[in-house]
Amino acid sequence: MIDRRDALMQLFSSKGARVNTNRGDAYYNSLMEKMKKRLSELEKIPAASKTSIEEVLETEGFTRRDFMKWASAACAMLMLPPMFTPMVAKAAELMNRVPVIWIELQDCAGNSEAILRSDAPTIDELILDILSLEFNETLMAAAGHQAEAHLEEAMETFKGKYLCVVEGSVPIGKGKEWCTIGAKAETFEEHLQKVARNSAAVVAVGTCATFGGVPAAAPNPTGAVGVQDIVRGKPIINIPACPANPANITGTILHFVLTGQVPELDHLNRPKFAFGYRIHDNCERRAHFDAGEFVEEWGDEGAQNNFCLYKMGCKGPMTFNNCSIIRYNEAVNWPIGAGHGCIGCSEPQFWDKYAQERPMADAHIKAPTGGVEKTVDQFGLGLLSAAAIGIGIHAAISAAAGKKGGDE
Amino acid sequence: MSKHVIVDPITRIEGHLRVEAVIDDDNVIKEAYIGSTMFRGIETILKGRDPRDAGLLAMRICGVCTGTHYQRSIEAVEDAFKVTIPKNARLVRNLIQGALYVHDHTVHFYHLHGLDWVDITSALKADPSKAEEESYKWCDTPYGTSKSELKQIQERLAKFVKQGRLGLFANAYWGNKHYKLTPEQNLIATAHYLQALDIQRDMAKMMAIFGGKMPHPQSIVVGGVTCVQDIKNPARIALFKTLLEKSRKFVKNAYLADVLMAGTMYADEALDGTGAGLKNYMSYGDFRLDDNEFYKSSKLFPSGIVVNGDLSKVLPLDQNKITEDVTHSWYKDDKPLHPFEGKTEPNYTGLEKKEDGFSYFKTNEKYSWIKAPVYGDTRVEVGPLARMIVGVAAKDKRITKYVTGFLAKLGEKLSLGKPAPASVLFSTVGRTAGRAVETEMMADVMMEWVDELAANVASGDLSTWSEFDFGTVSKDARGFGLAEAPRGALGHWVVVKDGKIENYQAVVPSTWNASPRDKKGRMGAYESALIGTKVADPNQPLEMLRTIHSFDPCIACAVHIVDTKGKELGKFKVNTSCSI
Repeated sequence: MIDRRDALMQLFSSKGARVNTNRGDAYYNSLMEKMKKRLSELEKIPAASKTSIEEVLETEGFTRRDFMKWASAACAMLMLPPMFTPMVAKAAELMNRVPVIWIELQDCAGNSEAILRSDAPTIDELILDILSLEFNETLMAAAGHQAEAHLEEAMETFKGKYLCVVEGSVPIGKGKEWCTIGAKAETFEEHLQKVARNSAAVVAVGTCATFGGVPAAAPNPTGAVGVQDIVRGKPIINIPACPANPANITGTILHFVLTGQVPELDHLNRPKFAFGYRIHDNCERRAHFDAGEFVEEWGDEGAQNNFCLYKMGCKGPMTFNNCSIIRYNEAVNWPIGAGHGCIGCSEPQFWDKYAQERPMADAHIKAPTGGVEKTVDQFGLGLLSAAAIGIGIHAAISAAAGKKGGDE
Repeated sequence: MSKHVIVDPITRIEGHLRVEAVIDDDNVIKEAYIGSTMFRGIETILKGRDPRDAGLLAMRICGVCTGTHYQRSIEAVEDAFKVTIPKNARLVRNLIQGALYVHDHTVHFYHLHGLDWVDITSALKADPSKAEEESYKWCDTPYGTSKSELKQIQERLAKFVKQGRLGLFANAYWGNKHYKLTPEQNLIATAHYLQALDIQRDMAKMMAIFGGKMPHPQSIVVGGVTCVQDIKNPARIALFKTLLEKSRKFVKNAYLADVLMAGTMYADEALDGTGAGLKNYMSYGDFRLDDNEFYKSSKLFPSGIVVNGDLSKVLPLDQNKITEDVTHSWYKDDKPLHPFEGKTEPNYTGLEKKEDGFSYFKTNEKYSWIKAPVYGDTRVEVGPLARMIVGVAAKDKRITKYVTGFLAKLGEKLSLGKPAPASVLFSTVGRTAGRAVETEMMADVMMEWVDELAANVASGDLSTWSEFDFGTVSKDARGFGLAEAPRGALGHWVVVKDGKIENYQAVVPSTWNASPRDKKGRMGAYESALIGTKVADPNQPLEMLRTIHSFDPCIACAVHIVDTKGKELGKFKVNTSCSI
């Protein structure tokens, strides 16, 4: 039997997490050239949508300065050096060259909700608005049985160029026939395969679309799976979490615009810029973990003093995501901030593995000198820079948000 | 000759609700069938899990009314374990849910429902200075309607139209002659539409302050709440109050004023009861006002049932009388069952593919993933209007004050010389007004709760969790969480055996409202409310849309209408039912 502490050590030191944030001049110079070429090619294509980001920002009362601030934050989030900021801004302006088809399957609308309703116009959202508008104009202007033809037409016109964004899981087992779409009652799987076939890449948004999520939790009554389980022969980018953070969706699409390629992914097809480090690594309660100070039961003295939530079942040490930096609802809070542990919502099968209020093991954590601690520190060097970038993003986002508030 | 109309999801983006209606030669709806075409099996997934974790998973039933399933599920477990939460936890939960109500109702009125009443393009023709004057007719201290503000809005609107950014104003049938507001009134409402986009962000933030994030908050646990840091910190409470005050100002001076304006202009439809439907209303009751155990405490919304619009009496609620019928639902047919015994065994019989290439409901058989709940032998409507009606019938002082206040103002605007009759509430307009009145009441009472919370914390009480011995209480227990989501009565039933969930059933507001027919062929609330509605122009089924929207159906979904030949008659966005 493997010792529990060994198992934890293994978790903490897994290689998949390392993000190299300094790859040297040669690498960045060649990347820059590649991006320039890509963007100038994109510039020659007529815009897929009539709407441009400049016009939209102007209508919404954002200044050029706000936009550049946003671009530098987005640049940091993508883990690119500051010299790439103008490229990121340019990419945002050219985003209307990349058509997006967005489909919803077995979902709760939580991801759309996170993007479209819970935060009013932020720059991230406006950019997504332009993209989804493009989709609406291409497809939804169609009427009745012609809608089907228009979808076909759009897929043909933009063959190999559009991004297929998917929200929700796909039933392929017993529930295959149970969920249908459209007046012709197409199954979810048929629908997904059809749209994915001619896309440039498929972006699965939220944990249901990436790993099956809630519907795939045991006993998986409908036989639900994630997109990557059934779509073949296409680059697939997974942006899990429940719901996915809108910033990570924009970041991924931006990256695609910048390079024409999917961003660097981890072994679970998640972009490393967002999922390259653990919640635990940048957690505001981390110092208490290191000091061995834990909340022992809800509302106790430890809870009142912001102690570490590991013993209350926090899965921050096992979960790769950037919520400890980006947070939610304009950075007003996040689950660990509100005193509840992380439930690992960006990890595969998290409902069966992580979403409970007990720790993974009856953790024999002996901080600050335990073995666990040591491995975490070995892992930590690359993260220092990540944390610094994170602080930069947070500041930039808050500044932009504050400005927006002032304008209205 | 009658026309068969499918209101079918614009499935390419989103949406899992489907409406089929039959319209006669006078364009009056004769038959209506509502079905959900998405199934995930969440109740089945919950079986065998630790009851303490059920809330997190149950919350994922819906990303729109998100936190409300979370809390209901946890209350069901607390009821089973006989745990009563401390005062701080009660107040925090009230504040999270209250903020959800204020956010949800405001967004619903402006962004999901408003354009059924307001013609945005007409606002371009308005005279801003006349519109400023007009705004004082509906409110003494109107919100953001000065001449210069309205002029700016008009300019911004012109740009939106020029850029073709119509997505923001989806749902609309611009220029339809059945819009009844003047250009000036349309401009006022449009201004508020855009201002609401900003203010709703603050409303969502209120939820995140104590909930951690929104959607899908994460700070409620069996026994209490976890956000002790946030209540301890006076700056957090102050931020909450600031956001609430801002929201409240908007609710009173924009939302309520606009609903009064729309109610006055569309008064004929309220007076003739368009879209009334079942006229049986049910509320489970919610928002505890004291620290007695859940079902023994006094509540902001009383529980009860009002039958056939009779406000003179309210029947007491008995949860034993709730059953779910699956005659027309895709589950194995059995006799109607109480949720404790409820089953979720799929029996999908599909749609019928016709020669035109389209698929239709087999309306004589099964046609929905939603079950048909019945109370005793009555089919009921749930929602904000039901809460207001039950409150008035139960002679609740606070609710009666807000409702009669609104009716008095409406009577004055209509020059009736007396308050408008309570019967105007039994209509599509009434459903929309009931929601607005509730929002105002909620915003006011939340101010009391946040002060109560601050005072309690200042007195040194930091308790946020009640201890219980899980091993003992979870041996053999059953409980229910019956309370109110923004969209209406929501119940979670849980049976626990040896520390694990043995059975779990949820009957959500849209189960009541968007359900198919029951064994006796009686319609659900949506179906019933559509019958008899006259559609002025089948190409623009505005009236149908108003009625479906007035229920605030919840998963965002786009819907289009096609006739029997598959020619699309129109399309629109509807927000639909929670599918489990």
